[in-house]
Amino acid sequence: MSIFVDENTRVCVQGITGRDGAFHTKGMVEYGTKVVAGVTPGKGGQDVDGVPVFDTMKDAVEKTGANASILFVPAKFAAGAVTEAAEAGVGVIVAISEGVPTLEVSKIYQKLDRLGTRMIGPNCPGIISPGKCKLGIMPGWIHKEGGIGVVSRSGTLTYEVVDQLGRHGFGQSTVIGIGGDPIIGTNFIDSLTAYQEDPQTEAVVLIGEIGGTDEEQAADFVKANMTKPVVSFIAGRTAPPGKRMGHAGAIIAGGKGTAQEKIEALTAAGVPVADRPSEIPELIKEALKA
Amino acid sequence: MKIHEYQAKDILRGYDVPIPRFEIATTQAQARAAAEDIGRMVVVKAQVHVGGRGKAGGVKLAKTPDEAEKHAGAILGMDIKGLTVEKIMISDAVDIDREYYIGMIVDRATKKPVYMVSEAGGIDIEEVASKTPEKIHKYAVDPEKGLSKEEALELAAKIESRPAVAERVADFISKLYEAFVGSDASLAEINPLVITPDEEVWAVDAKMNIDDNALYRHEDIAAMRDPSTETPELRRAREMGLSFVKLDGNVGCVVNGAGLAMTTMDVIAHYGGEPANFLDIGGSSSPDKVVTALEIITSDPNVKSILINIFGGITRCDDVARGLAQALAQTSISLPIVVRLTGTNEEEAKEVLAGTEFVSADTMDEAVEKAVELARQPA
Repeated sequence: MSIFVDENTRVCVQGITGRDGAFHTKGMVEYGTKVVAGVTPGKGGQDVDGVPVFDTMKDAVEKTGANASILFVPAKFAAGAVTEAAEAGVGVIVAISEGVPTLEVSKIYQKLDRLGTRMIGPNCPGIISPGKCKLGIMPGWIHKEGGIGVVSRSGTLTYEVVDQLGRHGFGQSTVIGIGGDPIIGTNFIDSLTAYQEDPQTEAVVLIGEIGGTDEEQAADFVKANMTKPVVSFIAGRTAPPGKRMGHAGAIIAGGKGTAQEKIEALTAAGVPVADRPSEIPELIKEALKA
Repeated sequence: MKIHEYQAKDILRGYDVPIPRFEIATTQAQARAAAEDIGRMVVVKAQVHVGGRGKAGGVKLAKTPDEAEKHAGAILGMDIKGLTVEKIMISDAVDIDREYYIGMIVDRATKKPVYMVSEAGGIDIEEVASKTPEKIHKYAVDPEKGLSKEEALELAAKIESRPAVAERVADFISKLYEAFVGSDASLAEINPLVITPDEEVWAVDAKMNIDDNALYRHEDIAAMRDPSTETPELRRAREMGLSFVKLDGNVGCVVNGAGLAMTTMDVIAHYGGEPANFLDIGGSSSPDKVVTALEIITSDPNVKSILINIFGGITRCDDVARGLAQALAQTSISLPIVVRLTGTNEEEAKEVLAGTEFVSADTMDEAVEKAVELARQPA
């Protein structure tokens, strides 16, 4: 088992003929992901590394049975591409695109919610269930199959943590980068809910950062609903207030959203918080012993 | 992006939101002329990107053009929380019977545009929120449907009991929604919304922030960026697509990914060092970005060592390596550089960097420890 994506996931790549789309399609195929189709309007009939390209999502889904999509389209076309994928009937949409206007994400979220489609991102590295399926831009080889679920607002920081886990013999069930924007399709609680139900997952690493109150809500959720151990790391202890730290959502605004508040909330909920990513494996080891 | 009050009012006026007549002045003579034009009591307001302008003495009522000129002299050039006042607004000082608060944000929790309205306007809304939270009413709008007339009326009725006035407030709320969505705002605050003794409705103060992600489709708003709020380094970084925040320490950082960049700062602090900056080169990094990043960092005289921490995903390590090699070839960087490159194309990166001089490290902890140590050594 794993969460959201597995060996039965059939992937369509939106924006497959672009530089990043083509590069990461190759990476996903090499990882063993079932990439069954690609979409680039006007380029139907071509193929990219043996993956057939279609003009529309509807065509791609009808002809290949794709049930998930991943977007490598420019931000200004992302909302349209997500909507097209959802209307074509895929169940999971991974939006890698960075810089999608927040109000557009807000609008498409309502639509996806109605259709029952899961969006991961935008502005995220994607999702990987090691050994089964990679829908994203992460380096596949650092991941190992195992029992740790990882959910994170960051991209590269997630690789860092996964790498640390692997060096200490902890494989992963599913690793999700939920994205660094203020409004995202799948949040910590959605992911924790799924990890709690997933038989493969034994413990979860939650990687948060400054801005918003998602970590505080996750802390409440863990306390009320999780029987599996959760450990955490929060980035941005040294971030100055009022400055956007790269991610659109990473900002301490009006004194709210500090790392300190989040660390306190998580600690109070019984979630140990690491000072550095390299301390996470030790926390996992202790959590699994208890 | 933050915009000034007069810019927010210009946007709002474009959506027929009622804005008292105003003019902008940069000299005392202009202020006097503006007050004469308006021909009634005016308010002289500093145009700077900070809250609490009134408390700082940056907002003054003037009954006559003489007084407006005098206040303009005091406010122009004034320092408010580190910012110099270069522009002032001369606005018609409408008569006040009641003051309300109307705010809008894109709410992270509900994932919708959310209104906050209160009958307690004209004062610091954070104070209202902490002392009398029951006086703030929140309402989330379904962005697919937009705000209906009925919803606007229901919201207006929470703060205004006179039906005729409530209808005008509702109309105001609807127009504000159009302006918010139409300009891709991330925040809009009307504080106060004034009801005059004649029951007219006016946005007496206005604050708006615009979603940076949406500026590509609002050239007019993007042009409102105040160049005086941005240092040359920040401007260069922004134009190159780098996320950069200047800090006070001496370890310069070049990192890919915002989360890893923040963590790098935190780990520097853990090892007793101080980061000189936050810098995220973003995904799909071209070598040019890395060159620019290094130029920006080395222009800071505080920087004593440079730490390059890359975990390749969409960013390819060889691209970063090429940028580093190019920067080293083009410029004379005399500072010690610690490099940690791992992930996508890391082998190719090693080939690119063969023969260049730097300290290499395998893990983030190791790289940070070395960079902090090198920053401590006397040059």
